[in-house]
Amino acid sequence: MSGPSNYKPTTAFGKWMHERLPIMELVQGQALDFPTPKNLNYWWTFGGILAVMLVVQLVTGIVLVMHYTPHASMAFASVEHIMRDVNSGWMLRYMHANGASMFFIAVYIHIFRGMYYGSYKAPREVLWMIGVLIYLVMMATAFMGYVLPWGQMSFWGAKVITNLFSAIPFVGESITTLLWGGYSVDNPTLNRFFSLHYLLPFVLAALVGLHIWALHVPGNNNPTGVSVKSSQDTLPFHPYYTMKDAFAIVVFLMFYAAWTFFSPNYLGHAINYQEANPLVTPAHIVPEWYYLPFYAILRAIPDKLGGVIAMFGSILILFVLPWLDTSKVRSGSYRPVFKYFFWIFVIVCVALGYLGSKPPEGAYVTWSRILTAYYFAHFIIILPLLGLLESPRPLPASISDDVLAKKHPAAVPAE
Amino acid sequence: MKLLNTLGIAIAGLMLLAAPVSAAEGQMPSKDIGFSFEGAFGKFDRGQLQRGYKVYKEVCAACHSMHYVSFRNLSDKGGPEFTEEQVKAVAATFTMQDGPNDAGDMFERPGLPSDKFPSPFANEQAARSANGGAYPPDLSLITKFRPGWFGTFNQLINGIGGPNYVYSVLTGYEDPPAELAAEAPEGKSYNPYFANGHWIGMPMPLSDDQVTFDDGTKATVDQMAKDVSAFLAWTAEPKMEERKRTGFMVMIYLGVLALLLYLVKKKIWANAH
Repeated sequence: MSGPSNYKPTTAFGKWMHERLPIMELVQGQALDFPTPKNLNYWWTFGGILAVMLVVQLVTGIVLVMHYTPHASMAFASVEHIMRDVNSGWMLRYMHANGASMFFIAVYIHIFRGMYYGSYKAPREVLWMIGVLIYLVMMATAFMGYVLPWGQMSFWGAKVITNLFSAIPFVGESITTLLWGGYSVDNPTLNRFFSLHYLLPFVLAALVGLHIWALHVPGNNNPTGVSVKSSQDTLPFHPYYTMKDAFAIVVFLMFYAAWTFFSPNYLGHAINYQEANPLVTPAHIVPEWYYLPFYAILRAIPDKLGGVIAMFGSILILFVLPWLDTSKVRSGSYRPVFKYFFWIFVIVCVALGYLGSKPPEGAYVTWSRILTAYYFAHFIIILPLLGLLESPRPLPASISDDVLAKKHPAAVPAE
Repeated sequence: MKLLNTLGIAIAGLMLLAAPVSAAEGQMPSKDIGFSFEGAFGKFDRGQLQRGYKVYKEVCAACHSMHYVSFRNLSDKGGPEFTEEQVKAVAATFTMQDGPNDAGDMFERPGLPSDKFPSPFANEQAARSANGGAYPPDLSLITKFRPGWFGTFNQLINGIGGPNYVYSVLTGYEDPPAELAAEAPEGKSYNPYFANGHWIGMPMPLSDDQVTFDDGTKATVDQMAKDVSAFLAWTAEPKMEERKRTGFMVMIYLGVLALLLYLVKKKIWANAH
């Protein structure tokens, strides 16, 4: 898809530069002329939205660090200093805190979009796997970031999550001690989390670079799942998708701004406005909303090590999704049975999130177990069998055929 | 439209997940009193904040600290907006320890606007020993960390009800029900609105005409409780007015930009096929 570029430098400086660093050729080939399927819907705009959110988090985060103090006895006060004394500090912090939630909302939509339209299937397996890696690094980054304000939930959340590693046989205790930098969550823990929270976003940026590279080799998937066959099927990325993405990004920013300015603390925990106190355990220790489905899976298994394996397994299984789904048809739009199972899967994930927010007792545990079993069955049983048993609907001959059929239903003879 | 519908369902689903904290055992939901600062355009009532500061200073500050607020904040825009002269005068009524001076000695001086509100006790141990073992929490952020009511949707629409919590505790002292009266812990009072069980270490702090308001408002318990709750809402979120005002402008800016981008996008795509 990326094909040879038509870039011809026109100015003397352009020629001089082109012989030394052909960066304009790269920009023109990959960002301006890049042939993109003409039928991408708005679900495809979340990639661009995520790129914007990464930049927002980096910029707000770097400025916040200029005012934050990573020390167990000063971190909480320094966050209040940002909220009260730093010019627009309250805005930076609320943007950063809500930005994390928005980042996850966008990434979940992006992941489910990939699942529905089969964007993980050949030849995009590596693209998908890099995406899963990005998601894992995001989770680690967000977790460490939540610890930094050193409120009650920061402290106790860190304690619960780092304690999980102690379940690993033989080396578990050592790993936990290493994470803590001692024998309990304390100042060394805060310092190493701060250091890693600053490092990982740049790792994320590098992975995003690889993700885009791996996207630009096979090119975009599209709602029909049918590969691009001719230039009839595509449009240059600029101005068509730059403008479509820009519109979607600004609409998403409005959603983001509504949280940031009018309900900035709703997505967090009230108790995190109380400074960390190792002697007082909160009544309910609950992770941020974006971890809740995995928290439910963790607690569904009665054995600690088993729970940890299931929790990490529920994400790691995504790496092999391209080979678990045996269907040759990419897009869920042409898979009548898969479609239903897809939406059941989405509902199961949301329901697991709800269960993760509830105390681990009674019916909540029973349902967590049932839905955890279903979560894994979706990947291990349902997807492999569906590909073999389901008879998909006929695919359009090409992307442009499909677009024409939708625009002028009468103009294209029925098949 | 399909996208919007699906997103709507997804957002509704996500809201089910958020704010999962449930009420501490037995805490009665706080009374809902309408404050002027609620809603997307709500602002603080300056007179109320000034009265609230007086209640805080003359009643609460005897036991509770307020680490994150300075005297100078009292004249900040969006707060009680005392004049700078008033703030200087108020600060000067306090005696602060400073130092060491050139001779290496600590000394005392009148308070300055840049000073933080002084704490009533030197440390937590001193506070506990003076209060029958209970630790009066720092009040700077209490309306942000103590929810008055619960429920995912309720909190989304009405907030966590922090100021209502403070008001309800201050006005919620009552005789314990007969079945609980026998087990009353020594030195504790019954208060069904309190977050940590029904027994609160703080004796009923307010009584009618305990303070004299400068604006002539009658100092009933109800009035003082409302005013000090509003004051504590401001100490927890002093930039609230600036936040809402900025947010309003941001939404208008983004809304116009989105409309323009939509029209550009539509024009460009008109000849796409």
